[in-house]
Amino acid sequence: MNRLAQSALMFLLGATLLHAGTTDLYLRYVKSGLRPLVLLAGVVLIATAAATLWYERRGAPGHEHHEPRISWLLALPVLALILVAPPALGSYSASHTGTALTKPFGFPDLPGGDAPLRLGVADYAGRAVYDDGRSLHDRELKITGFVTLDRTGAPYLVRMGLNCCAADAQPVKIALTGDVPPVLAPDTWLEITGRYTPRRTKDPVNDGPIPYVEVTRARPVPTPHDPYDETWNT
Amino acid sequence: MRTTGGTGPVATTKPAPQETDETAGTRSSKDSEVTKPAPGNGPADARRFNPALLLTLLLLTAVMLQDTIRGALAAPVMQSWMTVFVAVMVQALPFLVLGVLLSAAIAVFVPPSFFARALPKHPALAVPVAGAAGAVLPGCECASVPVAGALVRRGVTPAAALAFLLSAPAINPIVLTATAVAFPGNPEMVLARFVASLLVACAMGWLWHRVGRTDWLRPPARSSYEGQGKGAEFWGSVRHDVMHAGGFLVVGAMAAATLKAVVPEDWLQAAAGNPLLSILALAALAVLLSICSEADAFVAASLTQFSLTARLTFLVVGPMIDLKLFAMQAGTFGRAFALRFAPATFALAVVVSALTGTVLL
Repeated sequence: MNRLAQSALMFLLGATLLHAGTTDLYLRYVKSGLRPLVLLAGVVLIATAAATLWYERRGAPGHEHHEPRISWLLALPVLALILVAPPALGSYSASHTGTALTKPFGFPDLPGGDAPLRLGVADYAGRAVYDDGRSLHDRELKITGFVTLDRTGAPYLVRMGLNCCAADAQPVKIALTGDVPPVLAPDTWLEITGRYTPRRTKDPVNDGPIPYVEVTRARPVPTPHDPYDETWNT
Repeated sequence: MRTTGGTGPVATTKPAPQETDETAGTRSSKDSEVTKPAPGNGPADARRFNPALLLTLLLLTAVMLQDTIRGALAAPVMQSWMTVFVAVMVQALPFLVLGVLLSAAIAVFVPPSFFARALPKHPALAVPVAGAAGAVLPGCECASVPVAGALVRRGVTPAAALAFLLSAPAINPIVLTATAVAFPGNPEMVLARFVASLLVACAMGWLWHRVGRTDWLRPPARSSYEGQGKGAEFWGSVRHDVMHAGGFLVVGAMAAATLKAVVPEDWLQAAAGNPLLSILALAALAVLLSICSEADAFVAASLTQFSLTARLTFLVVGPMIDLKLFAMQAGTFGRAFALRFAPATFALAVVVSALTGTVLL
């Protein structure tokens, strides 16, 4: 691989990172806090490509230096991001990974009133399992997540939690009961309205606790801006 | 190129890495043994095909076939594989770039005499100092490999540079804070991680000092920009390290994505009951998953069915040796080095964290 091809590849890689960082694309793969670093890496790669070209033009005769062919592999992430842009992790990995519900530090007071209460999947699951739903009784709840079916076809509402990148993403699951739509396609994003129920089950993958929620209404919604839940561990 | 491209998308994406991998391996081993004929091979290769032309053809073919490629990749397993692969790359590249910038700065702007003064003369004393200095590199393991390479190039004794390589990703403040956050009920986990990681790093440094041989370590390549001014040298070093370590990072990311997508979690369940087996299982998992050291504490925290000692092993082994790191070490220090260094690190890390866990947890 000569210098010209190297700088072309570095420019493409940098431009791809800038593209992912300036749009919401990067949120499918890494946490939002990494954005400045992703953009910086893109800028540095493009600067390196430019510097390589510049010093090459000024001429370094007799210094022809070839990088090993393994460097060609750097074309793969470029192609994957530009051509395919794979979606955020969904029901496939959720059904193969056990629920990662851990005991929360505490249970902050929820806003009062009669309006439906908006809760995250992990927040609901944590309160239902570790607080016996004390703060949830007689409240109308709204929860958003994507649908996952287990081997028996039982539906779950899932949100993947993220600490750094999608390689460490872990699901938190809620089982659905009550007025569940008869046909549910995996990976559909739903906003369900429902109530707390003390019923629980165990995740077939890791025996982790999964609470149920009594669904009264389910409405398909578009994929949220950030498909991962980045709050549940911090 | 065009004939294989026509047969299907799998043909364009799949065989290429293997081919590249093998040829790169034979090339690099040839480079390290015989120095003279190797440069002669380069121009000969370049005459056979023009790399820039090849890159253009590759991109154009991929764009032409993009619908077919997308169709073939629509299977859930492939999608989740691609997502994890891209995620590991997007997450690791910024840290790699930071590490590469730092290593280029060390290689160009810090004179070798600085390290001679900063580190104790005797290698056995330099090892713990370098190991403890790992605490100041705020990054994950992708950054530490190029920096350790630059330290060796600047004349730091390899034993000390290796202690730094192993300790930096595990004991820096960011990683320790993440560990404290992930284990709110067990603050002793932070101490155990710090102690065990530093112990393994120093032990490996001393071990290298005692039994290591310099011919296992690939002689660091001299920059071809030497004597052309600091700017040219700096950017030349950045370019070289990005292309080199980046290629190996792709190999590691592909391996990690494959294991994440393929390995079922059920078999972990079986190992959790047995204390010895659970330690070995989580050590193996740390190697296979190749999670960034800034995030591994959260994954360890969720493996609640395992003992704290087993999870400590996961936290100590992961930043020191995993698939991604092995590929990058082989790229920076040579295959002969990585094949000896990696198993020794693994064994030592497992033993030390099991002992530390028994004492502290």
